[in-house]
Amino acid sequence: MIHSLFIINPSGDVFMEKHWKSVISRSVCDYFFDHQRKASSPEDIPPVIATPHHYLISVYRSSMFFVAVCTTEVAPLFVVEFLHRVVDTFEDYFSECTESIIKEHYVVVYELLDEMLDNGFPLATESNILKELIKPPNILRTIANTVTGKSNVSSTLPSGQLSNIPWRRTGVKYTNNEAYFDMIEEVDAIIDKSGSTVCAEIQGYIDCCIKLSGMPDLSLSFVNPRLFDDVSFHPCVRFKRWESERVLSFIPPDGNFRLMSYHIGSQSIVAIPVYVRHSLCLRESGSGGRLDITLGPKQTLGRTIENVVLEIPMPKSVLNCGLVTNQGKYTFDPVSKLLVWEVGRIDVTKLPNIRGTISLQSGSPPVEANPSINVS
Amino acid sequence: MYAPGVNSSTTLSSSSSYNNDRPPSAEAVEVATDPASGGFFNSDYKKHDDLKQMLDSNKDNLKLEAMKRIIGMVAKGREASDLFPAVVKNVVSKNIEVKKLVYVYLVRYAEEQQDLALLSISTFQRALKDPNQLIRASALRVLSSIRVTMIVPIVMLAIKDAAADMSPYVRKTAAHAIPKLYSLDQDQKEELIQVLEKLLYDKTTLVVGSAVMAFEEVCPERIDLIHKNFRKLCSLLVDVDEWGQVVIINMLTRYARSQFTDPNLQDVDEDEESKRPFYEDENEVEEEQQEKRAPTLDPDHRLLLRSAKPLLQSRNAAVVLSVAQLYHHTAPRSEVHQVAKAMIRLLRSHREVQDIVLTSIAATATRRKVMFEPFLKSFFVRSSDATHIKLLKLEILTSLATESSVGIILRELQTYVAAHDPPFVAAAIQAIGRCASNIKEVTDTCLNGLVSLLSNKDQAVVAESVVVIKKLLQTQPSAHREIIIQMAKLVDSVTVPQARASILWLLGEYSERVPKIAPDVLRKMAKTFTSEEDIVKLQVMTLAVKLCLTNPKQTKLLCQYVLQLAKYDQNYDLRDRARFLRHIIFPADAESGGPTRLSKQAKKIFLAPKPAPVPESHFKDREQFQLGSLSHYINTKANGYQELPPFPLEAPDPKARDVETEPQVMEQAPLFTAKKVSSKKDSTFYSDTESPEDESEEDENSSDEDDDDDEEEEASSSDKDDDDNEDEESSGLEEKLPIKVVKSTAKPKSDEEEEEDESDEEDSSSESVSDSDSEDESSEPSSVPKKQVRNAKPAKESTPVAKPKSNLDLLLDLDDVSPAFTPIMTPSLGGFLTPMSTPSSQVKTQLFPDIQPASAVISPNTTSELLNKINSNGLEIKYRFTRSPHLYSPSMASAELTFHNHGPDELTDIRVGEKPTSGGVSIHDFAPIPSLSPGSSLMGTIGVDFADSTQPVNFEIKIGSDRTYPVALKVPVGEVIRAVAMSEELFLKQQGGLRGMNENTAKLSLTKPCTDLKSLTNKILTVANLGVIPNSDSSTLRFAAQTLSSKSTVLVSLLSSDNQNLTITVNCEKMVIGSMLITQLKACLAD
Repeated sequence: MIHSLFIINPSGDVFMEKHWKSVISRSVCDYFFDHQRKASSPEDIPPVIATPHHYLISVYRSSMFFVAVCTTEVAPLFVVEFLHRVVDTFEDYFSECTESIIKEHYVVVYELLDEMLDNGFPLATESNILKELIKPPNILRTIANTVTGKSNVSSTLPSGQLSNIPWRRTGVKYTNNEAYFDMIEEVDAIIDKSGSTVCAEIQGYIDCCIKLSGMPDLSLSFVNPRLFDDVSFHPCVRFKRWESERVLSFIPPDGNFRLMSYHIGSQSIVAIPVYVRHSLCLRESGSGGRLDITLGPKQTLGRTIENVVLEIPMPKSVLNCGLVTNQGKYTFDPVSKLLVWEVGRIDVTKLPNIRGTISLQSGSPPVEANPSINVS
Repeated sequence: MYAPGVNSSTTLSSSSSYNNDRPPSAEAVEVATDPASGGFFNSDYKKHDDLKQMLDSNKDNLKLEAMKRIIGMVAKGREASDLFPAVVKNVVSKNIEVKKLVYVYLVRYAEEQQDLALLSISTFQRALKDPNQLIRASALRVLSSIRVTMIVPIVMLAIKDAAADMSPYVRKTAAHAIPKLYSLDQDQKEELIQVLEKLLYDKTTLVVGSAVMAFEEVCPERIDLIHKNFRKLCSLLVDVDEWGQVVIINMLTRYARSQFTDPNLQDVDEDEESKRPFYEDENEVEEEQQEKRAPTLDPDHRLLLRSAKPLLQSRNAAVVLSVAQLYHHTAPRSEVHQVAKAMIRLLRSHREVQDIVLTSIAATATRRKVMFEPFLKSFFVRSSDATHIKLLKLEILTSLATESSVGIILRELQTYVAAHDPPFVAAAIQAIGRCASNIKEVTDTCLNGLVSLLSNKDQAVVAESVVVIKKLLQTQPSAHREIIIQMAKLVDSVTVPQARASILWLLGEYSERVPKIAPDVLRKMAKTFTSEEDIVKLQVMTLAVKLCLTNPKQTKLLCQYVLQLAKYDQNYDLRDRARFLRHIIFPADAESGGPTRLSKQAKKIFLAPKPAPVPESHFKDREQFQLGSLSHYINTKANGYQELPPFPLEAPDPKARDVETEPQVMEQAPLFTAKKVSSKKDSTFYSDTESPEDESEEDENSSDEDDDDDEEEEASSSDKDDDDNEDEESSGLEEKLPIKVVKSTAKPKSDEEEEEDESDEEDSSSESVSDSDSEDESSEPSSVPKKQVRNAKPAKESTPVAKPKSNLDLLLDLDDVSPAFTPIMTPSLGGFLTPMSTPSSQVKTQLFPDIQPASAVISPNTTSELLNKINSNGLEIKYRFTRSPHLYSPSMASAELTFHNHGPDELTDIRVGEKPTSGGVSIHDFAPIPSLSPGSSLMGTIGVDFADSTQPVNFEIKIGSDRTYPVALKVPVGEVIRAVAMSEELFLKQQGGLRGMNENTAKLSLTKPCTDLKSLTNKILTVANLGVIPNSDSSTLRFAAQTLSSKSTVLVSLLSSDNQNLTITVNCEKMVIGSMLITQLKACLAD
């Protein structure tokens, strides 16, 4: 299973290492650095690298690499999934996961890693349990600890791991019992230049924040459960109940968690909330290229569209852009050639528009095709 | 405390290690930003001394501070071993955090400081006896993590103790310790296996995952240890933690491959199958296949697949993929595609997950095209994907291309060619080439497209196209003169060596088609020969030789010239080739004799027709590795990879898996003997998951009958042929379920059928055949080993009570349903039309957390008549209580209505007329039936809230516009209650609270003595919807239920003093219900 873990920052420093079995020299990371040099972007580094004696399985999160070293056969997805869980746990504990935060809380991080894996095999990965074993740091407690000399390791021993419901801690008490549910839906669509949808998919999540005392048993029913034909659940959800009744029945963990996520595939018809009317011409005629893009809402069911961002990766020959927007602001990074237009909210009465000229490198061959436009 | 020698040696190593620490400048920078050894200590020469001092102090917070700094050093990977003696003595610290950090340090350095580490051992030994399970567990964890050979016996002992510990958590830790000890000392294997065997028998979900992990690490070859645990593992699988699930499924995949026969053995050839469009349900073919497939699947094999399936819904991608590989490697071919949807869902996860899943899909897609075809669009490339993801997607797209889908794929590929990512563009062009050569219909289109790319501005695009075209032309040797000419022209402009070489090769191969151009190109190339790349030079030589053979007049000299140039080339390959070619073509140069034998054959050698390259997916050869494994991903055998054995031809004895079960409350019906029926239905059932009809079928049917009932039914009819399905079925029922006449109106089912047969034509009986058929079908997916689970841990039973009742009614309210409407209808669709009794996202807390609703074990088959055909001029309505709660409201009992038109006329618009409104009684109508043709029958469901009384509910049935018939729905007392599950203690406690007036007792002597009290269970459960309470005492039987409306508890206990005499006690808040129930029970037990 997982032998060691190295956390590497973007500049290639191994700033934390943890070994669960005998120590493996950090020189093993050199293989990783070789691949890093070869790759054009951090995303292009293969997640699994085979070296003569070790296998490096890495994930890239928050501009850090988490490199797990294995020596024997193991399901790569197992390791990948675990590493992501580690990062999720850090984010859960420290609210964000950056190099400086990890360095700041190295003791907690180390303790967490120690609890999460035993001999390279996951031991406790439920955030509820971990939080009972190791209290997450916060300012109040830090001050209290300094004054009283107490530590953030809990002195009472947890019982959750020992119950049949490993994801919920026992003895939860709230004066206000409340439960919040967030529904997040992401639409991914590929639209061709004539504006017709090539494929569109929906990925949705239900995130919960449950603050209920005791052992609540909740059920959540949907008006139209038939839409969810491809779902995945938090382990607390009872599969059988869902299969027979399409009702989510569960004893929730305490605090924040993702109850379910669902996927609506490309077979179904998905309404896309915005449309883009574009005219982009990158010909070397006089002033260079022209660009004119208008955004508009589509099938919004009366809701406003907010936080619209438009990204255009420009071809290499583009030098700069002189554009005017009637809403939001745009930036163009001459190094990565990425044009980003932060539109914000779409007002139906005055559709956001960006237009202007693009200066091209003189003498470079005319660009063959227009770049793609990413809207998010 | 320590020997002076030790001390001095450590200080020595301290200074030396410190010196070693210094030189690299990067280190110095790091030190400065390191909170662990802040500037002050850093500049201090004796920083470690300082730490030592802090560790020696009496104050916990100083110690803690010091430990934190030390851990900081460890985390950074800097040497801190010289502090070992100072740290190790703090292992006795009372402060938990200090202790924890000391443990962390100890595990890291114990290997290097073996002697000193021994000092800490006694502390752990003491902690192993601690009353707190967590302390015992963590002591074992650290003790086993100390890699010191000397303590092996101690660890061994500790593991043995811990494996028998009361606490499952400690046992889990013991399981973790086993591979640690094994890696430390391989000689302990035998002894460890013994411990492991014990742990594998464990029934706690917490332990089994880790036990299987240990098994995999220590003795994966001892597959015999699994036999007895196989069924348990399958039934616990869903509740094991996600990491354990992955390990267990992977292990069971291997197990299945060694223990079960190949389910696809007698199947049609793979290619044949993949060629047949999947969704075309040609019945004969399907049936033919089923016939072949049916007998092969072992019931345990089925159990494994069935228990793993719900895990496809796991949030953990690793679990999903491991289920996918289980299906890929062991499932019958018709079922494998079920995993596709879940795999597609994973594609929305993190980049790394995508990469690994796509690799698996790419490998699978080469063999199982149809599986992913419906999801083709999910593999379309997004501009935001990383390059390697894009390449994998392209690979999959090309593998999936078929005649029907190639159009849309090519359209996409065309767009990709315009992308800005060179490797991706190249791959896209290659993909076009692969599509072209795989699918003959589009070859010409693709070729034209590729040729048009030749005029692209981008060199790379042109070069790639040239290479691809070359391959394509090879597969299509028919005249493509134009293309060859166009490519010949490109020689002047293209600079990419690969492309140039390809063009030259093409010209040489097909020189007869362009007799004028080829020599000219050779002339040009000869001129530039010296400045070409090696690969091009080789092709120039080849071209020269080929031309020399076909057209010696024009080119012989040129050829000699080229060979001459090559002779003096820097590259030895080139020189070698030149020498070799020269001796074949111009043997006269060497000897003055005539042409040698070789040179006579030169034409045959060089111009032999060459087989066209078959563009194949490079994922094709990965089949040898287990899907989703590391070896599969890197396509080489990784260390410790366990080969997946081929299926045995003859299955090993399945009895090995039989476990002696304790006597159980229910007689254990042979759960999985129903293989024939179930596996047969399976394929049709799942083959169309997308279509709503099928889903509806599932829902409706599973709600029609209760699972357990089905199992029994299946069991009885399992070994018979389907042809005589009906007869077998009903007779089976009679044998199995003693049908009690509860009410005077009630008739056993078989009677009813007979009657139907008499009074009616063939039509109706065939209808009922199809009915019973569909029931079987439904039972298949849901007859999970529920009983086993229940017996294993009754407290955690999470079986839902509320089965969705078919919502025909609701659906029909809105829909124009054709008259050909059959019972097979209505899915979850009902859900959104259903008026909810509570707001749509309701959050309700259960009343009694300990009393879990349980599903009925038996659903009675007694049907009663609601409407007589004489009274109603032909319409007969029968009803049967299904014991599943009605979807509309849990307090409603649902009754299944069977409408049968015995009359000569078509009946239209059958619906519920006036309903009672008083007394808390309410009715949820069945769906109005638009029309019922003569001789046909239909099913409907009505929900009735009896308000906890057994008074018949009167309402009206209306037919058409003018006919109204009053009817009375009578309910036996056993149906106004619902089975619940509770623990024995709770039962006794509740019983204690329901004494006096609420208690009814009756004595009874049986006509024939019964040897086992449990055999009465069935009788009782047929009469009343009661839940069986697990029981330790064999002379008592206990049952529990709640009334439907008011949820008041009903407790029944049966006590036998000897085999003849019984005492029945019913405790119920509702005295009327209690007394009625006892009368009923007495009546049923008496006969």
